[in-house]
Amino acid sequence: MPAKSQQGAQSVSVALVGSGGAGVMTAGTILLDAAAKAGWYGLMTRSVGPQIRGGESAALLRLSTTPVECHGDSFDVLIAVDWQNFTRFAKEVPLSAHSVVLADPAAGAPPATVVDIGLQIIDVPMQEILKKVAGGRPNMLALGLAAAVLGVPDDIVTKVVERRLGKKGGEALESSLQSVQAGRAAAPALDGRFTLAPAADATATRWLMSGNQAAGLGALRGGVRFVAAYPITPATEVLEWMAPRLTKLGGALVQAEDELASINMIIGASFGGVPSLTATSGPGYSLMAESIGLAVAAEVPIVVVNVMRGGPSTGIATKSEQADLNIAVYGLHGDAPHVVVAPTSIGDCAVTSQWAVHLAEKLQTPAIVLSDQFLGQAQAVLSPPVDTGEGPDRLINAAPQAPAARYEVTESGVSPMTIPGVAGGQYISESLTHNIRGRPSTLADDHLAQIEKRQRKLSTFDYGERWADIDGDGPIAIISWGSCCAPIREAISRLNGGGKDLRLISLRLISPVQPERMAEALNGVKRALIIEQSHSGQLYRYLRAYYDLPKDTQCYHRPGPLAFTPGEIRDQIARMQ
Amino acid sequence: MNVESTAALKACMPADYKSDVKPVWCPGCGDYSVLLAMQKAFAELGTPPEKIALITGIGCSSRIASYTTCYGFHGVHGRALALGTGVKVARPDLTVVVAGGDGDGFSIGGNHFLHACRRNPDLTYIVMDNQVYGMTKGQPSPTTDPEWQSALAPGGTGIRPFHPLVIALASGANFVARCFSGDPNGTAQTLVEAIRHPGFSFVQILSPCVTFRPEQKEWRKVVHPAPVEATDDPARAARRIMSDDNFNIGILYRGSRPPYRPKQSETKIAVADLEREFAT
Repeated sequence: MPAKSQQGAQSVSVALVGSGGAGVMTAGTILLDAAAKAGWYGLMTRSVGPQIRGGESAALLRLSTTPVECHGDSFDVLIAVDWQNFTRFAKEVPLSAHSVVLADPAAGAPPATVVDIGLQIIDVPMQEILKKVAGGRPNMLALGLAAAVLGVPDDIVTKVVERRLGKKGGEALESSLQSVQAGRAAAPALDGRFTLAPAADATATRWLMSGNQAAGLGALRGGVRFVAAYPITPATEVLEWMAPRLTKLGGALVQAEDELASINMIIGASFGGVPSLTATSGPGYSLMAESIGLAVAAEVPIVVVNVMRGGPSTGIATKSEQADLNIAVYGLHGDAPHVVVAPTSIGDCAVTSQWAVHLAEKLQTPAIVLSDQFLGQAQAVLSPPVDTGEGPDRLINAAPQAPAARYEVTESGVSPMTIPGVAGGQYISESLTHNIRGRPSTLADDHLAQIEKRQRKLSTFDYGERWADIDGDGPIAIISWGSCCAPIREAISRLNGGGKDLRLISLRLISPVQPERMAEALNGVKRALIIEQSHSGQLYRYLRAYYDLPKDTQCYHRPGPLAFTPGEIRDQIARMQ
Repeated sequence: MNVESTAALKACMPADYKSDVKPVWCPGCGDYSVLLAMQKAFAELGTPPEKIALITGIGCSSRIASYTTCYGFHGVHGRALALGTGVKVARPDLTVVVAGGDGDGFSIGGNHFLHACRRNPDLTYIVMDNQVYGMTKGQPSPTTDPEWQSALAPGGTGIRPFHPLVIALASGANFVARCFSGDPNGTAQTLVEAIRHPGFSFVQILSPCVTFRPEQKEWRKVVHPAPVEATDDPARAARRIMSDDNFNIGILYRGSRPPYRPKQSETKIAVADLEREFAT
């Protein structure tokens, strides 16, 4: 049941379900957009199957008076346009005895698993109501129902419908608006218990964006002007969002023939002096691995965004998991130090990607951004992620004297780079073990000097405070990353006393490790709990290997595709207290 | 020869493109002559070494970048065309030449070959074809005869060879030529034309491997100039190539497709302008 103040609920979760093609996603997006315009925060995720059309589908929303980036423990309101395929995603729509279901009796009886919960089921004869609306749309009726139940103002919903559906033309728009009104009229009163309270600060600037869009924005802010793309779920939106915008910024995107090509195209472009990026997911990342090693050896700055999905192999392309940590950190042959960073929230996809561009360029190495499907494809109303102001900042020798020592052994390990076109700077960007001039070498001294230099530039760099977000200073540490962080934050806020005995370390810099900073962050910590979404506990084993963790360190881990809920996390934390 | 290239010749000599690195190639390897032809071509074009990006993969011939004074990239096996495409799109001002062998280009890199032909970036792709993997000591490549004996394929592969020139034509290459390394002057002239020709220019250079395919020393006796001028009709070019003896040397096709450039928007914006679309 939503926490309710005198003015209304602080947060309400609504699921709009219907078979693919029923249009529940459109309805959900409009509801989220309208709620944002009305001053609330919120989140929407999609549950979709592998089918392009006609499969299962659900728009899962949570609207709130304060920023929110995860779903609650259960959904308060479920609006079913139909029950087709519901059982396929029922586990993603947990309901409780306090939930309310609004469904059309003409669409058949609700599934037994829903009825058995003992919740309130209210018949709304959607099909019958829509007979009176020319060209009536069930998804728009569902939108009207949801807007009425949540108290989203009529004029704002109308405006968003007009803006988003206006291009469909007068008649279609009119029937949509009438369907919304019909839904409003049919909505049950429900004692106003799912009516949202006014937002804490309705005037605060809010953005509506997905993590994939945020990653694209951060990359452009960081200076990326070349992208090579090969489509893959759930990373494609990063590429599609960047494609038209890059051209307006004077950059370019090339659709490659495969991931082997896309990774090499960005290496080539970066060799040419242009900050470059590609985005992919597990299978594509595996294909790129050899050439990411090339970028390490040849010291070419590149950024690879891996939006993790369920694996191994084709796995569950449309759902989230955090099981690519091992391949991101260890997946290259040879001793191949590189940077791995991970966003700690949907909005942070922007900050972390911008940082990744900066680190890749500064350290002349690949930087991997490990996002995940939840962060990437969730749309959220959030506080605008800041532009950190960090640009490429590559160490360039603009007036070289031949012969250029491209791989000069320097104290920092970073060697001045020359850019093709500049006389006197010619060198071979070399995948073979090489000497300081980029000449192939099999000498033990050259091998050692270059390996040490490449390690040194990463080890001695000062990554600053951004390596992790640290909240609280209690003696029990929770260490986590990626999309796990949001439900953990909420779980902590729900605990007695606001979780004063806890401190949350949300890691942003996965590799290289920061033992000194971690030691400082763990100062006074007696016990630790690591939380991650992988079956084998990849983060736990990684942290165990490199960090001095408390003797009593436990791990809560399970595979995807179901996201962690705050209640699930709260139970795990309670075991530690 | 026009005035412009005469002036350029004074500025650049073939020796200006020769580095001090000693090649790993065997004495008598055809690739030495390809290197020489390349240096002559660059000199005749008058393009200074710093304006040339020579991009290669892995294999004996892919070592060629190190032996020049150009900017170069010696990448991983099979991906040179992808690297080169990235360089050219990011830096259209550079002269991009991609080079490698038959294994690198037609086997592990086969897909990139098809798509580079189709995409038609303004670069020149040189394949030094010796019908063998030399660096790994004598395995059959996609252009090897089916009967050729080797440790890895006793009794021969039994597989019909890949026909790079026809594949290039069918895939959309804008310039197709065959050269013989034993004729460095002729090869240099063809390379000059290939580099000048807009779009994707594919040059197959028959370059004998004297160590693993010593019989290729006989190529000198069987190569001959193409009997007719290059055509601009891909179907005619394909018919000619399909019916020739594989030793027909010269420019075989010149197309007129415009080179690939990603579309540019007329509208120019700043990054900060992107933020507006997210505002609620």
